[in-house]
Amino acid sequence: MGIEGVGARVARKEDKRFITGAGRYVDDMVVPGMKHAAFVRSPHAHAQIKKIDVRRAQAMPGVIGVLTGKELKADGIGNLICGWMIHSKDGSPMKMGAWSPLAVDKVRYVGDAVVIVVAETKGQARDAAEAVEITYKELKAVVEATKALEKGAPQIHAEAENNLIFDWEIGDAKATDAAIKAAAHVTRMKIVNNRLVPNAMEPRAALGHYDKAEDHYTCWTTSQNPHVARLVMSAFYNVAPENKLRVIAPDVGGGFGSKIYIYPEEIVCLWASKKTGVPVKWVADRTESFLSDAHGRDHVSTVEMAFDKNNRITGLKVDTIANLGAYMSLFSSCVPTYLYATLLSGQYDIPAIHANVRTVYTNTAPVDAYRGAGRPEATYLLERTMEAAARELGVSPAELRRKNFITSFPHQTPVIMNYDAGDYGASLDAAMKASDYTGFAKRKAAAAKQGLLRGIGMSCYIEACGIAPSAAVGSLGAGVGLWESAEVRVNAVGTIEVLTGSHSHGQGHETTFAQLVNQRFGVPIDSVSIVHGDTDKVQMGMGTYGSRSGAVGMSAISKALDKVEAKAKKIAAHLLEADEGDIVIENGALKVAGTDKNVPWFQVALAAYTAHNLPAGMEPGLKETAFYDPSNFTFPAGCYICEVEIEPETGTTEIVQFVAADDFGNIINPMIVEGQVHGGIAQGIGQALLEGAHYDASGQLLTASYMDYTMPRAGDLPSFKVSTSNTPCPGNPLGIKGCGEAGAIGSPPAVINAITDAIGIADIAMPASPPTVWAAIRAAKH
Amino acid sequence: MSDVSLMVNGKRVSGAAEDRTLLVHFLRENLGLTGTHVGCDTSQCGACVVHVDGKAVKSCTMLAVQASGSSVVTIEGLANGADLHPVQAAFKEHHGLQCGFCTPGMIMAATDMINRHPEGLDEATVRAELEGNICRCTGYHNIVKAILAASKTMAKGAKGKAKQAA
Repeated sequence: MGIEGVGARVARKEDKRFITGAGRYVDDMVVPGMKHAAFVRSPHAHAQIKKIDVRRAQAMPGVIGVLTGKELKADGIGNLICGWMIHSKDGSPMKMGAWSPLAVDKVRYVGDAVVIVVAETKGQARDAAEAVEITYKELKAVVEATKALEKGAPQIHAEAENNLIFDWEIGDAKATDAAIKAAAHVTRMKIVNNRLVPNAMEPRAALGHYDKAEDHYTCWTTSQNPHVARLVMSAFYNVAPENKLRVIAPDVGGGFGSKIYIYPEEIVCLWASKKTGVPVKWVADRTESFLSDAHGRDHVSTVEMAFDKNNRITGLKVDTIANLGAYMSLFSSCVPTYLYATLLSGQYDIPAIHANVRTVYTNTAPVDAYRGAGRPEATYLLERTMEAAARELGVSPAELRRKNFITSFPHQTPVIMNYDAGDYGASLDAAMKASDYTGFAKRKAAAAKQGLLRGIGMSCYIEACGIAPSAAVGSLGAGVGLWESAEVRVNAVGTIEVLTGSHSHGQGHETTFAQLVNQRFGVPIDSVSIVHGDTDKVQMGMGTYGSRSGAVGMSAISKALDKVEAKAKKIAAHLLEADEGDIVIENGALKVAGTDKNVPWFQVALAAYTAHNLPAGMEPGLKETAFYDPSNFTFPAGCYICEVEIEPETGTTEIVQFVAADDFGNIINPMIVEGQVHGGIAQGIGQALLEGAHYDASGQLLTASYMDYTMPRAGDLPSFKVSTSNTPCPGNPLGIKGCGEAGAIGSPPAVINAITDAIGIADIAMPASPPTVWAAIRAAKH
Repeated sequence: MSDVSLMVNGKRVSGAAEDRTLLVHFLRENLGLTGTHVGCDTSQCGACVVHVDGKAVKSCTMLAVQASGSSVVTIEGLANGADLHPVQAAFKEHHGLQCGFCTPGMIMAATDMINRHPEGLDEATVRAELEGNICRCTGYHNIVKAILAASKTMAKGAKGKAKQAA
């Protein structure tokens, strides 16, 4: 490893612009003639639209256009779709209800977009939005998934009887039932995974610009995957053909999943730009984000875990109801199915698993992937159950887990996944050592003397990342392939541009991707530019989510680098009159191995472009493209241990220690990887202690601002003790597993296991806020 | 409409703004200083922190006209030319930022915090005083580290200057 190569803690190249205020986010973009949009949104959770009167709004100062769903439909703009087909166990396809970018006849959640107003200023647009008169006929609403399934519940979409979208299963029901019947012990739990709002700090925004002269559209948008946005807006929403639509995702202020999807607003801003003849910018305010960003989690499950007399798990049966909100968001269907139930084996050798999943419409914001997406729900269910089982069986939680660990690889689980590599014992050992697990009893006794309840909890998680082998996901219903593309352009002076379909919105790609190039060619990272986020620059790509940029995105770059290297070696061999096979790259030069004959990298590049002296028949230039399609998912795994102290009088929980021991395979930049883990843990602790999206029975979101939804703040969190071990991933050329989601996946059960341990109770709801903890302590006493 | 006239990053600026214009919008839209961000509507997130007459202020809590006559420093004016301010340098060195959106407000708030604590800072104080700034990416771990490091650097710098003066 060089000082800028693979494995080095290189400070980030992109930081310079962010720390000096020079970052460029969508809201910072100004286009000549640009005007501002505001959306009129439904104040009701469920209502028929009887009449929309825009006359008063149209007459307001500065107003350029007030447009409705009827006009949008008349122009042929399509409905939003879910891009992953799931079939129910009876073979019927999922029941997708229509989602118009602007509601036409009916609204289905508070925040459903109905009308767009375009005006000279943002203030004028908002003023006029308030003057739009919409007559609604309110309908009964339902917000809980379990209630939406009940007979007589309000019917949200005509397409989905009883609000059931699909009733799906995976695994072997018979074998699992038999295991439970024959078990020496069965642990049974009801597990609720609370609804969360992703809350990237940059609110969503879109700037649509229709250029009449070119008959061409440009959309600046807060997207994790601008190419997918272009593809979907072209192929399904009929905004414009792909060659007439450019999508740019510039600096994006965090995503966490919520900026994967194509939302109504970017579609409507593009359409409205053509309609009004001006570029149209919309920026969400925070409450709008709370109302209309895709939410995460919201599962209700029951679980039965069967053990034999030696405490080995013999079977796992799960029944889950997942709330998908009012409409099916782009990837909503795969989250509670193939990203969830396929991980229910966890780190354990479980011979029989069966899971049944029902997904349900409710009058709430659409629910889709949020950091971890399905895997946090699976991990929470399993690791809470393991903890409960250890307590019921009277054995150490660590040893119960260890006894059931998968120890030989590859390992085929009963739920599709084939784990390729791992060492779960190593992570458990590392976490126990770092947390001084054996010294806990002493610390608990010391806390008790001060009147504090101290508890410890662990969680051993696994996730599937590197999303994903295209043919495999295609066979499971995905509408797209999940490969990645890369283009490496070596300039005539040896500097390099890497064009990637991955998108960085905090992950530091501009640095880590350049480190990979440095490792291969010795070119300083300042001479390597990473180009991303613009469909006019990068031909195609699938974007960043599912911890895929390292394992998939960088593997594509690595493949393109292989091609560049092969050609560069041919040129060098020709220049040095040596055999191509004898050329090696060292310290920024191509050398004849074992001699002092060499040609610097930049001279090879120059030779490629002057083309005065190339091998016979070789084309000039040094530029290569590669597409990489992974052969399998990757399987990051690890062990998290959380220690808490609770003040019984107030129910306040303090996290006094948090240890993470992860196996991410090979690592390019440990500093950036640790940062990803820190952030993930904070979101996981947020879920466990603080965060929860709450709707009242009428469908009003009660937690729609930072005054009401508790975001983790610095004072809520400790510093974290993180470490990594490494079993390289055999499935990709770089041995990378991915690290973006682990923290959010592994941490919630560790926190809740610690709290229930401290109080001495079987279960507590997330978020375990002070009132909840206080009540639990009181209930435990009586 | 009101006339607004103030010093921003050492330059005198003026312009007309609707009475309801917040300082943050005046900075972003009238002056094109887009480094100051808007992350919420309730003065909770702190992405818009700037210095007004030497104190950290959430520029979404202040009308542009209220700032008239004041001296404002934004993230764009913090560095001394090409030389980063010690807090900016520490955020980079300690990986105290990821997506960068909360960063300008964090850095402005942190600079103010360090200035208010010439006696030095500890982790508990930094965490408590970051109450008004939300970050969703870093889990605060490296932000806290960066602020503690910058606090030390600035204390050394101050001592050095004091020595020079003596």
